[in-house]
Amino acid sequence: MSTAEQYELNKNLAQMLKGGVIMDVTTPEQAKIAEEAGACAVMALERIPADIRAAGGVSRMSDPQMIRGIQEAVSIPVMAKCRIGHFVEAQLLEAIEIDYIDESEVLSPADDVYHIDKHQFKVPFVCGAKDLGEALRRISEGASMIRTKGEPGTGDVVQAVRHMRKINSQIAKVVSLREDELFEAAKELQVPYDLVVYVHNNGKLPVVNFAAGGVATPADAALMMQLGAEGVFVGSGIFKSGNPAKRAAAIVKAVTNYTDAKLIAELSAGLGEAMVGINEQEIALLMAERGK
Amino acid sequence: MTVAVLALQGAFIEHEHVLEELGVKTVELRQAADLDQPYDGLILPGGESTVQGKLLRELKMFDPLKKQIADGMPVLGTCAGLILLGSPEHFGTIPMQVKRNAYGRQLGSFHTKAEFKDLGLVPMSFIRAPYVESVSDGVEILSVVDDHIVGVRYGNQVAIAFHPELDSDRKIHQMFLDMIS
Repeated sequence: MSTAEQYELNKNLAQMLKGGVIMDVTTPEQAKIAEEAGACAVMALERIPADIRAAGGVSRMSDPQMIRGIQEAVSIPVMAKCRIGHFVEAQLLEAIEIDYIDESEVLSPADDVYHIDKHQFKVPFVCGAKDLGEALRRISEGASMIRTKGEPGTGDVVQAVRHMRKINSQIAKVVSLREDELFEAAKELQVPYDLVVYVHNNGKLPVVNFAAGGVATPADAALMMQLGAEGVFVGSGIFKSGNPAKRAAAIVKAVTNYTDAKLIAELSAGLGEAMVGINEQEIALLMAERGK
Repeated sequence: MTVAVLALQGAFIEHEHVLEELGVKTVELRQAADLDQPYDGLILPGGESTVQGKLLRELKMFDPLKKQIADGMPVLGTCAGLILLGSPEHFGTIPMQVKRNAYGRQLGSFHTKAEFKDLGLVPMSFIRAPYVESVSDGVEILSVVDDHIVGVRYGNQVAIAFHPELDSDRKIHQMFLDMIS
């Protein structure tokens, strides 16, 4: 199979995840709870972002044995994170046949200059982006899915909102440009010209775009969908809450019917405690600033 | 002609774009109230069958949709849609044995071109796809790839394991629209 064909198939898998919720899980038991609640995929990791933030120190790819345990527990796609630029961690994840690799700012970056050349892999990659330039740079490196960076582990949705609005307004701007202005736009965005042309002609990214970071309630998830996300990652928000199974199922339904306020109000009733969360201003480490 | 697309999760917008390109009006089915609209055919898109199956029940769409299909509504199921039609834990309205994730994980996904009954060569994208292990009497086999059944018809129902909505070939959708009219 050609590399181009493989890349198409990898973008296609992301299309199948649309309208769905991808949940962070740390054990096979949590993975089963997530699958039963209606997750369209799970992200296997040793510690959820809130705990990574609390523990501090260097955060790395998860133990392959732990990831395998989760692969065996569920039938839906399983994703896992590697450090930005750590192409060997990515090779290991490909070797254990992970369905999607998240080259993630939530882990400690392994390279402060270069991201992974994702064209060298058969397995698909999702990458975070806080503006159109980052999104298109990751796509030119071979990412077949994009997500906002948000601010992981905070339960504060403000950054995910900011990134989604920024990307959308930059897309609208590129669409509105004259064709002879696209060369300059490529220069300003620091991205390849052909990707700018794609955005200009199609009014969207060439890959699926999910929201991630700080989503903690059904209303948060629906907010991101109404802002144009094609699906939602929920990290700490579920298993740091009072009733993970119920909250997870409610978020899944809120994503499907994201404009039905009456239904989302019902779903939000009696969910128990949401994760406590920390405000963006109260934290010292902004993970979203990793990897531009 | 109006075709409804189940829009709970997955690649439903791609089907809607193909239908619009072919001049067909579409409606999205996201909750029980949407089933009251008039439509002439139904598409069950790709996505995660576990998610779609769960939402069908919890949003109280499962029984009415199953009845519509049993009463003869023309239906096209692709990938997860094939699982919904063929698996007894879902609609199970086509008597056949379905194997989920039959080609393994994402590394097993592939693209090919193969013969489809009456349509000739059709491009086929298999994404973590299922296939049909066996069929009961009355189920017509429409396509076989590498000795595995990937397309069947049972009366008003067509189920295929691949994704015609992801390729630019429109033969499968056209065949379905011909079934309706």
